[in-house]
Amino acid sequence: MGVSDGRLASDARLAGAGSQVEGPARALLMAALVAAGGALPLVLSDYWLDVAIFWGIYALLGLSLNLIVGEVGLFNMGHTAFFAIGAYGTVLLNQAWGLSLWLLMPLSGLLAAAAGYGLSRPIIHLRGDYLLVATIGLNEILRVTLVNNPWGLTGGPNGLILLDQFTVLGRRLDDPAAFYYLVWGVVGLVVWALLRLQHSRIGRAWNCVREDEVAAEAMGIDVRQAKLLAFVLGAGLAGAAGTLYAAKMVVVSPESFTFMEAVILFAIVVLGGLGSIPGVLVGSAAMMVLPEVLRDFAQYRMLFFGAAMALMMVFRPQGLWPSRRWSRQLTGEREP
Amino acid sequence: MALFLEQLLNGLTVGSVYAVVALGYTMVYGVLRLINFAHGELFMLGAYLGFTLLVATGLGGALPLGLALLLLLLVVMGAVALLGLVIERVAYRPLRRANRLTAVVSALGVSIFLQNGAMLLWGPRYRAYPAWALPEVRWTVAGLHLSLMQVVILAVALVLMVGLYLLIQKTMLGTAIRATAIDHDTARLMGINVDRIIQFIFFIGPALGAAAGVLLGLYYRQVHFTMGWIYGLKAFTAAILGGIGNIPGAMIGGLLLGILEMLGAGYLSAAWKDAFVFMILILLLILRPTGLLGERVAEKV
Repeated sequence: MGVSDGRLASDARLAGAGSQVEGPARALLMAALVAAGGALPLVLSDYWLDVAIFWGIYALLGLSLNLIVGEVGLFNMGHTAFFAIGAYGTVLLNQAWGLSLWLLMPLSGLLAAAAGYGLSRPIIHLRGDYLLVATIGLNEILRVTLVNNPWGLTGGPNGLILLDQFTVLGRRLDDPAAFYYLVWGVVGLVVWALLRLQHSRIGRAWNCVREDEVAAEAMGIDVRQAKLLAFVLGAGLAGAAGTLYAAKMVVVSPESFTFMEAVILFAIVVLGGLGSIPGVLVGSAAMMVLPEVLRDFAQYRMLFFGAAMALMMVFRPQGLWPSRRWSRQLTGEREP
Repeated sequence: MALFLEQLLNGLTVGSVYAVVALGYTMVYGVLRLINFAHGELFMLGAYLGFTLLVATGLGGALPLGLALLLLLLVVMGAVALLGLVIERVAYRPLRRANRLTAVVSALGVSIFLQNGAMLLWGPRYRAYPAWALPEVRWTVAGLHLSLMQVVILAVALVLMVGLYLLIQKTMLGTAIRATAIDHDTARLMGINVDRIIQFIFFIGPALGAAAGVLLGLYYRQVHFTMGWIYGLKAFTAAILGGIGNIPGAMIGGLLLGILEMLGAGYLSAAWKDAFVFMILILLLILRPTGLLGERVAEKV
């Protein structure tokens, strides 16, 4: 699959043919969705608003992991490490210098991106499952470090408390409705940026690497550089999501960043459909909202959840909302 | 020196259990290229079933102890192996032609299901293996403390590993398994029933995992529904350490992991031992990207 002009043209045609709604109808549908999302705080209870907030935060995390697992096909099952670095970085920098959270969000993103660069550089050449276990290892090392409280920095198993909050004109955004708008505003921005990225030269190069590294190399793509870029961007985005998480949770502790959490992020990406941005939104809804819906089953909740995870994969192996490029490959259709 | 030998022995004991669990991961991976994340849960179920059978039957009263334990192991292995077959049929077989990550997430779902199933059946608290399961016998050989428990674990693990090795290397069935691991389609052309081989793998792997679960239950005396995650992760790490898909690799990886962990706990600190193990793993992967015995897979162009 080359990144030629012919490919670009046919892809655009296919994208048009593939979607049921086009042009003005599509814009109208989007507007209706945004309006419905905006009106949600008026109808939802605080409890469900909280669920929607966590959905938004996990959608951000899923989008960040999608860059790595979905777009480039790197198996990263330790993504919570970068999320944790962002959350802890937020609290520590806020405690040390009293920086505002608006500034800390990009700053912890940068911090996590730098960590992503440093940590992934030596292991980026590992293939498939070897990379998977190395990332699990990184996550575990970080978690053990957080628990063991080096130099009294991380607060040990109890974690740290974030005293500050996002403020607009002196008003703290800690009521659920305001925070909901904040989180979903960020999600909207990120989705827009990632859609642009997906259609850019970089996005195409990533998918090319995912499908065939040797062919990508032959096309003149610097494979190692492409992989590192995905890792750094994904880590940075997860770090920025860490700030939102810290502001929402107030307490940041190691138990929020376990292997199980990394598994949930991984499942969000695969469940939604690899490399699919709407898929991540649907997948994170399934992973975050489903357990709440199942709350009626009390102690059987997680039992059903596990079974649902397996069954969803069995009945929709391509994901709930597969990316078009990916679905063509799965059904054995020839790439255009 | 005494501490070193002591920790070495402890490491060998725990490591041999890891090795037996790692065999299950590596065999499934070898044939299906699937990381069976539910394998740790099958190990946990083995530990629980062993516990229940021990308590319910009050084993050891009627039969000689050795025979009773052997019987217990066989029953638990059989039960968990059947469950392994069911899981393969329900959660993995429909996904054989799908993307590899799809089956991984399905496996994670099964894992959550089994974990919570165990919690509902046996409760969220730690359950303790009865103390009378194995008499507390200790010998001191050249200043080294050796317990009957350690001897039993090492012996059972050794028998299982040697048995599996002979099965894979010396029998027709083993040859068929190795052929399937190399190429499904070619194996099929040679008259091998690939579905049968995969079922067999999902019978043997869980049986080994279950046996390891009973051994670990006897050793640490306590079982918990989350133990599958932790030991599963370690055994999987061991399989990767040795080079996944490689059976002797899993054995060596398991033993090495156990020894490293115990030396780390003895000389550094118990709190950091898990981080220590993973640091070694990552360093090793940087130097040898396909594990100790992993083969360099030629790139298909």
